[in-house]
Parts: sequence; structure tokens; C-alpha cells
Amino acid sequence: MAKIIVVTSGKGGVGKTTSAAAFSTALALRGYKTAVIDFDVGLRNLDLVMGCERRVVYDLINVINHEGNLNQALIKDKRVENLFILPASQTRNKDALTLEGVTEVIEELKERFDFIICDSPAGIEHGAMMAMYFADEALIVTNPEVSSVRDSDRIIGMLGSKTLRAERGDTPVKEHLLVTRYVPARVANGEMMSAEDVQEILAVPLLGVIPESKDILRASNAGVPITLEEKSDAGKAYQDTVARFLGENRPMRFLNTKKHFLSRWFGG
Amino acid sequence: MSGFLDYFKGSRKSSAAVAKERLQIIVAHERGVLKGPEYLPMLQQELLMVVRKYVPISDEHIKISMDKDGEYEVLELNISLPDLSTKSTHLKR
Repeated sequence: MAKIIVVTSGKGGVGKTTSAAAFSTALALRGYKTAVIDFDVGLRNLDLVMGCERRVVYDLINVINHEGNLNQALIKDKRVENLFILPASQTRNKDALTLEGVTEVIEELKERFDFIICDSPAGIEHGAMMAMYFADEALIVTNPEVSSVRDSDRIIGMLGSKTLRAERGDTPVKEHLLVTRYVPARVANGEMMSAEDVQEILAVPLLGVIPESKDILRASNAGVPITLEEKSDAGKAYQDTVARFLGENRPMRFLNTKKHFLSRWFGG
Repeated sequence: MSGFLDYFKGSRKSSAAVAKERLQIIVAHERGVLKGPEYLPMLQQELLMVVRKYVPISDEHIKISMDKDGEYEVLELNISLPDLSTKSTHLKR
């Protein structure tokens, strides 16, 4: 039975698409058949981040409107076996995401994949609601910063009330906290909330911490999911996150500053 | 250099600690508001107006909340009336 995972945050720019690309790539690398869907209709970017923007012919809305079928719309990743991308439409508006249409697409994907990753748009509007509606589990992407944490809390409330699982009274959506853009040196200085602080406020189990990294911009420039950058700390942190998601026991890395303690005193 | 100075001052709260404290307060507040049905704040206002027709009470003297008790939703209304025996303007519980 396929598992549906929504990558969500409320706030924009915290790393949802980067995380959706990295997470789905890591799952596929481990041999799971994985589809990642971009729900940001009108502002699609998952295709760019994953480097398949020139291969988009049909999109999610085409499939919903029966203008093309799922096989035509799913883009097979060229680097990773088992990884497929379903792009959003760039020209339609979000109302084209009908509940019936999305249901149909999800049902069909469930037959063929082990994991379906739903990359949510920012905000709490229709697109975000559709992305989370069918979720079994949720990856809540949060920066250690006040507005991101508050918005995440809002989204957590919605996962508990506006999803199919909530409506049916099934076991609730399983939530995982993913803290991104983490700067251990600033946490040590008391300038940034720690991952534990964020975890305590949101009361959601911490699945992973991704360090702020120059590699992420470099990877998105090139259209390569960060998980494929094997030397990158951020890439390794995503690998660890997925390992934990699959039940492995992996200690959190990259939480400590590598700097000499003197540099902390002298404003380093 | 601020890290250096703070080290010796030692007393000033870090900005991260301030952020955490502010978030804990606002998140708890927003969870409370969002948990109840949408009409709750309006119901509170109207009840307050009705009671005020007879007794002078202020906003703090009315508390309204929604709880779940097994299968039932319980609407709890708590109005602290001023003590009428003492004719002071000070309102006692």
C-alpha cells in the first residue's frame, strides 16, 4: 500500500520544494518506487529544482482534465531509477485542482508507487489544502525563526482538522518536524532557536535537521536534488532524515559548530 | 564583538530565548482560539452585552470555552458577578 506524504510549511521560502526533491530522491535511491507531485499550480518549480523543466509536456491539471494520461505526464528521472515527477501546470489557476480530479490521480498513483510525495504550495489556500488532504504522513518544514514556526503551527492545526484522515476520524496524519537552514554557530551564540526549542514549541517529533549550506543553491542552480551531492552536509542530512523516516536509528549530525570556541567570543 | 560582551554581562537574555518565549505565548493563544467553533468569540460578546444590561461586568469577568466530554461537546460559560452586598465599585469574585 502506497504511503502519501505531504511536504508543507505554511510559510514560503523555507525549503519545501528543496526538501520534497531531496526526500523523494533519497527514497528512490533506496529502491522505493517514488512519485513526487508539484501542487503549486501557476508557480511550478519542482521541475526546475529537479532538472527536468525541459521535459514537461503534460502536467497535473492536464491529467485531471483528461487532456493527457498519467503515463504521459509522469517524468522519469534520468539519474535515479524509480523516481518520477508529476509537474504542476504553469498556466492554469489553482481552482483547476478539483477534489474529484486529485482523488482520481492519487488513486491511480497509489496502485503503482510505494511513496507519493506531495509538494505543497505556501499559504493555507486551496492548493495547500489539496496537497495535504490525502496525506498519511506530513513533513513539516520549519526554519528556526519566528514567522516560520508560527505558520507551521497553523498548518499542524489544519493537518488535524482538514485532512481526509481527520474528516473520517481515522488515525491522525503522522507528523514529522524537519528543521531547515540551521546554523549551529548562531544557535550556540543564542541568536537562533535550537532544533529542540522549535520541537518543544510545535510539539511534533523531530525527524531531521538540515544545516544551512551553500551547496543547496549550487544544486538548485544545476537542477540536481541535494541528496545526489554526496559530499554535501545538507545532502547527508537529508539521507539521514530519510533513514530515520524508514525506521533506522541515526544520530543527528551537523548540530554542533565546528568553529573554534574563541571565534564565538570574537563575533565569528 | 557582541558575543564577547554578552559573555561577561551574562545577564541579558539571548534573542533566541526571547523568540521562544514569544512563540510559546502566541502559539498557545492561537491554538485556543482556533480550537473552538468560529462563533465562539461572537457568542461571548453578545452574552456579555446581555449580562451588562443588568450587572456591570467587564470583559475579564466572562470566560467561555468548549470542551469534549466523551461524546458530548460541553460549552462552559463562567461569569463572575460582582458582590452586590458591598456597594463598592470594586468587583469581587
